[in-house]
Amino acid sequence: MARTIVITSGKGGVGKTTTSAAMAMGLAQRGHRTVVIDFDVGLRNLDLIMGCERRVVYDFANVINGEANLNQALIRDKRCEHLFILPASQTRDKDALTQEGVGQVLEELRKTHDYIVCDSPAGIEHGALMAMYFADDAVVVTNPEVSSVRDSDRMLGILSSKSRRALENEEPIREFLLLSRYSPERVASGEMLGVEDVQEILALNLLSVIPESKAVLNASNAGTPVILDVESDAGQAYSDMVARYLGEERPMRFLEMERKGLFSRLFRG
Amino acid sequence: MGLLDYFRGPGGARKGSASVAKERLQILVAHDRAARDRPSYLPRLQQEILAVIRKYVEVDNDAVSVHYEQEDKYEILELNIVLPDADARS
Repeated sequence: MARTIVITSGKGGVGKTTTSAAMAMGLAQRGHRTVVIDFDVGLRNLDLIMGCERRVVYDFANVINGEANLNQALIRDKRCEHLFILPASQTRDKDALTQEGVGQVLEELRKTHDYIVCDSPAGIEHGALMAMYFADDAVVVTNPEVSSVRDSDRMLGILSSKSRRALENEEPIREFLLLSRYSPERVASGEMLGVEDVQEILALNLLSVIPESKAVLNASNAGTPVILDVESDAGQAYSDMVARYLGEERPMRFLEMERKGLFSRLFRG
Repeated sequence: MGLLDYFRGPGGARKGSASVAKERLQILVAHDRAARDRPSYLPRLQQEILAVIRKYVEVDNDAVSVHYEQEDKYEILELNIVLPDADARS
C-alpha cells in the first residue's frame, strides 16, 4: 500500500526541499518506487536541488489540466532508477492545484509507487494545504529557533484539523519531527534550543537531527541530494532518518560536540 | 567554548538565551493550542449574550466572560456575568 508523505514546516528556509530530496532518494535507494512532488507553484526549486532542472518539459499543473499525461511529466532520476520527480509549474498561479486534480494525480501515482513525497511550500496558503491534505505521514522540519518551533506547532494543528484523514475521521496522520540546522556547540553553550527542549514542546516522534553542515550547501550547489554525500555528517543523518522512518532502530548521532584538542578548546572564543 | 568559559563554570551555560527561548515558547505554544481547540463561535456567543443582558440590565462591555476548557471526555463552557451593584441599578 502506497504512503503519501508531506514534508512541511510553516516557516520558510528550514530545509523542506533539502529534506524532501534526501528522503525521496533514500527511500528509492532502498528499492522503493518513489516519486517526489514539488507543490511550490511559481517558486519551483526541487528540480534544482535534484539536479534535473534542464530536463523539465511538463509539470504538475500541466498534468492536472490534462495538457500532458503523468508519464510525460515525470522525470526519472539518473542516479536511481526507482526515483521520479514531478516538478511544479513556474508560471501559473497557486490555484492551478485544485484539490480534485491533486487527488487524481496522487491516486494514479499510488497505483505504481510505494512512496509519494510531497515537498510543501512555506506558509499556510493553498499550496501548503494541498501538499498536506492527502498525507498519510507528515515530517515537520524544524530549526531549533523560536519562530520555527512555533510555526511547526501551528502546522500540527492544521494537520489534525484540515487534512483529509482528519476531516473523514480516519486514523490520524503519523507525525514526525526532523530537527535541522542543529549546532551542538551552540546548544552546549546555552545559546540554542537543544533537542530535548524542542521535543518537550512539540512532543513528536523524532526522525533525525541534521547538524548544521557545509555539505548541505555543497549538495544544493551541485544538484545532488545531500544523502548521496555518504561521507558527510548531514548525509549520514539523513540516512538515519530514512532508516528510522522505515522502522529501523538507530541511535541518534551528531548531538554531541566534536572532541577537539586542548589547544583549540582553550583558544576558540 | 573559550578559556573564559572554564572559569564561569557549568552554571553559566544554563543562563544562555536558549532557556529564555524555551520558556517563551512553552507559554506561547500553550496559548496557541488553547485558542486552536476553542470552538470558533465563542466570540459571537459572547457578543450575543451581552446584547441580551443589556436589554434588561445596563452592564459594561467586559461584564460577560466566556471560558472554554476541554478535558478527555467532556467540555466545560463557563459563563461569568458581572452585574452592577444594586444601587447602580434603576
